[in-house]
Amino acid sequence: MIKVENLTKEYILRHQNDSRYTSLRDVIVDKAQNIFKAKSSLQADTFLALSDVSFDVKQGERVGIIGRNGAGKSTLLKVLSRIVTPTRGRVTIDGRVASLLEVGTGFHAELSGRENIFLNGAILGMTKSEIQKNFDAIVDFSGVERFLDTPVKRYSSGMYVRLAFAVAAHLEPEVLIVDEVLAVGDAEFQKKCIGKMKEVSNADGRTILFVSHNIAAIRSMCEKIVFLEGGKVVAYDQTEKVLPLYQGVLKEGSTNGISVTATPESPSGEWETGTDLHIRISWEKYRFDPGWQCDIACYTMDGTKLFAIQSETFSTFSSLDKEHNGVEFSVKNMGFASGDLRLDVGLSKAPKEPYFFVVENCLMLSPTDKGLPEYKRNDVVIIPQTTCKAINI
Amino acid sequence: MLFYLCDMVHRTVITPENTDSNYWKDVWRFRGLCYFLAWRDVLVRYKQTAIGIAWSVLRPALTIGVFWFIGWFFKIPDEGVPRIIMVTAATLPWQFFSSAFSEAANSLIANQNLLTKVYFPRIIVPVSTVIVCLIDFLISFAILVVIMIFLRYTPGWQIMLLPFFLVLALLTAMGSGLFIAALNVKYRDFRYVIPFIVQFGLYVSPIAFSSNTIFASADIPDWAKVLYALNPMVGVIDGFRWCITGGEMAIATVPFVISMAITALMLVVGVRYFRRMEKHFADVV
Repeated sequence: MIKVENLTKEYILRHQNDSRYTSLRDVIVDKAQNIFKAKSSLQADTFLALSDVSFDVKQGERVGIIGRNGAGKSTLLKVLSRIVTPTRGRVTIDGRVASLLEVGTGFHAELSGRENIFLNGAILGMTKSEIQKNFDAIVDFSGVERFLDTPVKRYSSGMYVRLAFAVAAHLEPEVLIVDEVLAVGDAEFQKKCIGKMKEVSNADGRTILFVSHNIAAIRSMCEKIVFLEGGKVVAYDQTEKVLPLYQGVLKEGSTNGISVTATPESPSGEWETGTDLHIRISWEKYRFDPGWQCDIACYTMDGTKLFAIQSETFSTFSSLDKEHNGVEFSVKNMGFASGDLRLDVGLSKAPKEPYFFVVENCLMLSPTDKGLPEYKRNDVVIIPQTTCKAINI
Repeated sequence: MLFYLCDMVHRTVITPENTDSNYWKDVWRFRGLCYFLAWRDVLVRYKQTAIGIAWSVLRPALTIGVFWFIGWFFKIPDEGVPRIIMVTAATLPWQFFSSAFSEAANSLIANQNLLTKVYFPRIIVPVSTVIVCLIDFLISFAILVVIMIFLRYTPGWQIMLLPFFLVLALLTAMGSGLFIAALNVKYRDFRYVIPFIVQFGLYVSPIAFSSNTIFASADIPDWAKVLYALNPMVGVIDGFRWCITGGEMAIATVPFVISMAITALMLVVGVRYFRRMEKHFADVV
């Protein structure tokens, strides 16, 4: 059982001093100045990465943690896995905890696959006998048995990730904490991992906390969801109840007076096959300068780029002037069938310049193939327009 | 099944103040990790080198050669013991200390990817590096054995006390290493201070010369002798020499007690400072 009570994590931001390392000289100079001045020159500003987070997880539950980038998901996991200390609050965890915040933590490039299995296992908290007991299963799961005595620096990145996962998948704690680590594996391997995690959770009543941007993975894996936003818990409930809330929030993104929304045309609120999606980008009046560029890219959850839109290909966009305060792209669903997609939007002042406004990972869409009732294949991303006719040869 | 029943009792409480109620129990639980980190460092150290583990012998052997030459050239008194044994008996513990100290002090930075991604009692990292240096020391000890066999030199009963001085060297390296390691996480300045401390230590420790020369000398004022004895490695190296060459230790008794006291003090301060800073390592590293 996990009990989180009023957990708060505060970070101190230094504005004046941007360097990565604090140097002793700065501290001495600062302390010396303090003698003469009332106020420190290092203006301290605090940032609440987590504020008053409370929730309970029962033994054997699989709980997903979702939220946008910077919502505090990773900080929460770091506090729960005792890597960072909270500023206030209390957490009680019953049972042995293992956390997997990164794939292949502590892997050493010079060591062989075999050696790294032992090293990584020990780092993740396994004892030597546990590793030995599971060694064959790990090797089998990873599928790299032929290269077991090759240094991992000679591995392909896929093999590396598979080996790292294989070790992690054979952890046997009562509480498993997993960060967005599945994002790097290929789709098939991801499925295998999620399957393995579900299996052990069902069999041994293992508690799992799971952070992911992959809604499909969360949906298939977790019974309950903690939805974080700005370091606070927005909702904590059954998956079916929280996911729509989250997806609702994700249809909008705004910063610095520029906002982006993506609204499907169909009244059901889903981006059905054959219907349009309206991506609307708006800004404060008179802010627009001719020459602005807008790029939109759409990815599947495992990172495959599906399509991209560049504003330079639209004469309407080039002819915008200061009077306009927004633009709307309409994209037709030509047959995107698979689960969830995400949109990235970027604006730059001129071609090839860095974006001054970026919404990443922010917009989530769930296209459906409702328009084509015949197709019900979940693993298909695109259903191309196809015709069929009888021929005689 | 019994395994799980036992572990069910395991309860972790995370609060801002105490994460340390069963810290040393945790250290014990993670002893396997300590072993594996040391094992990794040993394995990795001489990968892709042509002569491999021979470096563990060659490095101290070259240093011994240099100090032997200096002693011979400047006719530093050798107290009736073969000079090469005098020098070796001092160089080996010094090399052990200097490598253990500097590697422990840099260990947290070198393993920062671990600090930010997994939990374990942080003290494991510097401890494992000290273990690696200890293994190196045991290998290089072969040099002394070979020299003694070659010169048909039989050490006295005092050699039985050698492990005690080895532990003393280890604790000295540990205390100072932990302190600097904790500082190094926040203030990277210490990255530059460490080689300087090691280099400076080499000059003020009795390697090319003998402590007896210093304490017997009438030209050196008493305050300087006290200052000299404050170096904890003086006690360690004198002890090593005494174990191997026998002879008079009486003159050096008071300085030896001072050195031991400094070692104890450094160990207490080092561990306490390390423990205090430890919970912020992941935030500042």
